[in-house]
Amino acid sequence: MNHSQADEKLISRLKSMQTLSLIVGVIGLIALIAGYFFAKDQFFQSYLVGWTFWVQVALGALVILMIQNTVGGRWGLVIQRLVEAATTTLPFLAVGFIVIIIGIPHLYEWSHADVVAHDELLQSKSAYLNTPFFIARTVFYFVIWIGVAWLLRKWSAQLDDDPENASLRKKLRNLSAPGILVFGLTVTFASVDWMMSLEPHWYSTIYGIMFGVGAMAAGFSFAIIILMRMVKYSPWKDVIRTIDISDLGNWLLASIMLWAYVAFSQFLIIWSANIPEETTWYLARTQGGWQWVAILNVFLHFFLPFFFLLVRGTKKAPGRLLSIALLVLAMRFLDLFWLIFPAFTPGKIVFPWLAIVAWIAMGGFFMAIFFRQLTKASFFPTYDSRLAVHPVKEEAPSHAS
Amino acid sequence: MSESVYGLIAKFDSPEAVVEATRSAREAGYRRMEAYTPFPIEELAEILEFKPKIQYLVFLGGLIGAIGGFGLQYYASVISYPLIIGGRPFNSWPAFIIIVFEMTILVAGIVAVFGMLGLSGFPMPYHSVFNAKDFRLVSRDKFFLVIESRDPRFDAQRTRAFLESLNPEEVTEVQP
Repeated sequence: MNHSQADEKLISRLKSMQTLSLIVGVIGLIALIAGYFFAKDQFFQSYLVGWTFWVQVALGALVILMIQNTVGGRWGLVIQRLVEAATTTLPFLAVGFIVIIIGIPHLYEWSHADVVAHDELLQSKSAYLNTPFFIARTVFYFVIWIGVAWLLRKWSAQLDDDPENASLRKKLRNLSAPGILVFGLTVTFASVDWMMSLEPHWYSTIYGIMFGVGAMAAGFSFAIIILMRMVKYSPWKDVIRTIDISDLGNWLLASIMLWAYVAFSQFLIIWSANIPEETTWYLARTQGGWQWVAILNVFLHFFLPFFFLLVRGTKKAPGRLLSIALLVLAMRFLDLFWLIFPAFTPGKIVFPWLAIVAWIAMGGFFMAIFFRQLTKASFFPTYDSRLAVHPVKEEAPSHAS
Repeated sequence: MSESVYGLIAKFDSPEAVVEATRSAREAGYRRMEAYTPFPIEELAEILEFKPKIQYLVFLGGLIGAIGGFGLQYYASVISYPLIIGGRPFNSWPAFIIIVFEMTILVAGIVAVFGMLGLSGFPMPYHSVFNAKDFRLVSRDKFFLVIESRDPRFDAQRTRAFLESLNPEEVTEVQP
């Protein structure tokens, strides 16, 4: 599609946002590289937090895209191009994994042969937790994610030119439905590899879902933030209805509820069993200052957005929904920080400024790539009549006749 | 005469028509009216200024369920029959959460169902609108707007003329 009906002001704002993001990214990168020479260990630890944050946004976007192609309604159509654009950052994030590869000796205990030699448990796990297999697995995940995202984007762009093509619609569905399943598995393994293996003696089988659902919450927050900033411009203002905003708010509500459910399940099971090899993980995260991060996480990641999103008014006012989405996205960062950092400083809180720098640096490039794709493609798929700018006449449901 | 009828009913063919008609009637000052459609039309609720109160009841129900569920367990394991289990404190709140959660859902669900019925005026064995001609079509493909005779502006002739002006398929009287 072209941008013939699009507001010139919106396009120019998006373009300037793209430039601004790139500048922020470059400055952040310089600061990050400077940080590397100050504190090597902390550099890699911080980088892991910043990198996983943006990876989860891209992954959340990918799973939303697959849900949309499988079951989607208007809510999915209005954010389809936004989440598609967010998935174009996956190749960049895959390149970002090189830094993690360099940092493996700084991050992962299981990579040290001398430590493993004296640790029977790590020896038993070494068939899985070893450097070559670790790298190969992540490459494998990214190949799948980038491949699926690329195909979904390509087919939906083709559908815009050829809306009557039923086989393309079928292809989108047939890739997305099993794709959700594959996504669940790859995200589980990825989170185990990148984050859980920081403490290789500890394990939790619900960890992967916790990360995956959190990623979905992040993906929805991200899409809501971008969409709510654009609703006042055309062509959005002619397309978006209150019900779309409210549906997206409900998705965000569902995501954080599921996240809270899963996160609490893990806590309850470990708390109930109360055995030392499992409780260490929580002890590292609820002592020496970390308990405040944990409490903040419970209240600002779940309770506050939960109660606000229960109220219908929040989901009707773009501004209010935007604030809640910003809060959830910020809490996604805090949550990942709380999941990752106590592995390095158990029971002693730290405030690594490098984590913020890494987050900003990665974010700058992420946003630049996102805005570049967003201004390149159409703002929403034109092949679906449900998004027609002039609404078609509503018909009575067929079962009624 | 206005006392002897329940109101006047206008039959429409499309959702747009009934929405337009309801808006006009609202602007003309009519208040005691109701629209009947085969499927929900959000705009109608807005025009009729229908403000549902059920959500407050459900929230209250959920709150009662949560507090009740917690209170039940707290009373049993702290006050009434305290037992040390696995070296944990009497008030082992993480273990209580599941039942608190279930009680919240249970009470909120019950309140939602019965509150909705109650607020809708059920049980209601008789309603005059079913006397209207062709009213059974409301569950098929027709849309109705009723202006009740209780409305202060209701006047058998003038209201009928007003409804006729809204391009309905038919305007008929509804017997009480």
